[in-house]
Amino acid sequence: MKLFEYMGKDLFRQYGIPTPKGKVIRTAGEAGPVTEELGNVVIKTQILSGKRGKAGGIKFADQSSDAIEAANSILGKEFNGLVAEEVLIEEKLPIEKELYLAIVMEGSLRGPILLASQYGGMDIEEVPEANIIKMPIDIHVGIQPYLCREIARKLELTGDIQQQFSKMLPNLYRLFKERDCEMVEINPLVIADGKLVAADAKITIDDEALYRQPDLPKVEERNEAEQKAHAIGLSFVQLDGDIAIMANGAGITMATLDVINHYGGSPANFLDAGGGANVEQTAAALELLLSTNPKAIFINIFGGITRCDDVARAFLQVNSQKSIDVPVVIRLVGTNQEAGVKLLQEQGIVAYEHMQEAAMKTVALAKGMVE
Amino acid sequence: MAIFINSDTRVVVQGITGKQGRFHTQQMLKYGTKIVAGVSPGKGGQEAEGVPVYDSVFAAAKEHQVDAGVLFIPAAFAKDAALEAIDAGLKLLVCITEHIPLHDAAEIMAFAKKRGATIVGPNTFGIVSSGQCKIGIMPNQFFTPGPVGIVARSGTLSYEIVGNLSHAGFGTSTVVGMGGDRIVGLNFIDVLTQFEQDPDTKVIILVGEIGGSSEEEAAEYIKENISKPVVAYIAGQSAPPGKRMGHAGAIIERGKGTYQGKIDALKAAGVHVAALPYEVPNIIRELNIF
Repeated sequence: MKLFEYMGKDLFRQYGIPTPKGKVIRTAGEAGPVTEELGNVVIKTQILSGKRGKAGGIKFADQSSDAIEAANSILGKEFNGLVAEEVLIEEKLPIEKELYLAIVMEGSLRGPILLASQYGGMDIEEVPEANIIKMPIDIHVGIQPYLCREIARKLELTGDIQQQFSKMLPNLYRLFKERDCEMVEINPLVIADGKLVAADAKITIDDEALYRQPDLPKVEERNEAEQKAHAIGLSFVQLDGDIAIMANGAGITMATLDVINHYGGSPANFLDAGGGANVEQTAAALELLLSTNPKAIFINIFGGITRCDDVARAFLQVNSQKSIDVPVVIRLVGTNQEAGVKLLQEQGIVAYEHMQEAAMKTVALAKGMVE
Repeated sequence: MAIFINSDTRVVVQGITGKQGRFHTQQMLKYGTKIVAGVSPGKGGQEAEGVPVYDSVFAAAKEHQVDAGVLFIPAAFAKDAALEAIDAGLKLLVCITEHIPLHDAAEIMAFAKKRGATIVGPNTFGIVSSGQCKIGIMPNQFFTPGPVGIVARSGTLSYEIVGNLSHAGFGTSTVVGMGGDRIVGLNFIDVLTQFEQDPDTKVIILVGEIGGSSEEEAAEYIKENISKPVVAYIAGQSAPPGKRMGHAGAIIERGKGTYQGKIDALKAAGVHVAALPYEVPNIIRELNIF
């Protein structure tokens, strides 16, 4: 779960990491009093995407009327495909230097890595590898004072700024660990008026750990159909084609999309019913697919824990409750295959054994090329 | 031979009295796996599927020689169970559990590294050395002995490929499911190294997915270190960037982990690439090694 910048900065303050003074607003009029209080301000669109500056989502103002106008030009508008519903107004800092600092869970290292650079700011992705400091962190050791000194040395921080950095970094790591973060990123971490300040905050929380983070704000990126699927334990992603797809397991579901594409079809979704879906879940998945009005449905099951007869039962159950008026192609292999195929045959429905054949048939049906 | 596990491997099942633990213990026993003990705190002294149950892994290890463990423990308690198994001296631990928090997985991996233990998973279907030992949840009937070694991120996709292979008359030496999570214990290189040395494995199949960089790293390694033929299938060719497709691994970010990048790297390393999963048996036939 990604957090908005202002939520990230709330967390920073809780963990003693300095942030600029500011306020989040939802209507342009609120920009007036905030600007009067803060003076020179920066007006930042709150969307779950980077590169906001380049998309025109960050503006400056030194009086209320300009700030209101800027907020008006951002609120409700689209940036990088996302609509801005909130704006963060902050004091504009007299920036002397922009640094980059992040802690990320890195798969290939099987643990956290600290990333830092003297060359922070908008173009961090173009900074050469050699100018990015990378320090894997032993999760059982954490960030000790020596590591703070070492990173500060490499960032060429001295004197009071080095002291501030050595105080801030362990706090950032504590936040990363205690809040189950996949990533905390400060870009830029600025030096302004002799102070180290987090001018931005990008935080991603591990979805699998949300159950033990009850007091974090909830941010929902999924659309309505995706949320509905999530609630019944299915993994669903909407795509822009017209062939609805259901398979069991993420890998085989992706492979199914690939095969449909290969034969010239266009998948309407990714729906992974999981490795061990039962009759109820499978029926719910099918209902969800029907609700998206596809031209054809392809059910591709290689049953390991999933039982083919459960899938057949689920299909027959949904089929008897409502008239399914789109063609459905079912491929059933694996655990209890014979029982599943027989159940379908008794109702005059053919189950395919091979993925290739079934996929070709589905594409032909979606294109209206066969009855 | 085979890799990681064989007919001598003695296994302890953590969470043996739960629904999943009990069912899969039964399936593993049917397959021929030597399960010597089960663990379920508070249920020591009982039996499950004919296997003696202990209160802790330490207690089980005191009574039996155990070489490997398998975890059927809910995500919230999996870290504790895995650390216990490692602390009790197990050198191979298969972690079936899905939805384990990343920070928990990182702690498990760090401790395993200190103790020299190998973790398979989490979020894996397990590992099977065909005809000898199965530690996992894969359907028994498809895993018959043969010369093909398989290493995969995804479970059901491996079944699809194993199913196609057995239809074409090819059996498997060992099939390793690395797991679909961002942090897992094994990478492709760990498994490729073992297959290279295994006399039973004549050809290696690598089943990957978009996202991450492990396929690219594997390609680099294969170029220098693997003499056996490698066939690869990468799922997710048609997935749009930035969308999370079920597995934490299957997401393309910042232009990294793309299908084309992986395919190019693998081809440059001399790997035979299957565009679709059911092409794998034909590619093996065309190698003319059997």
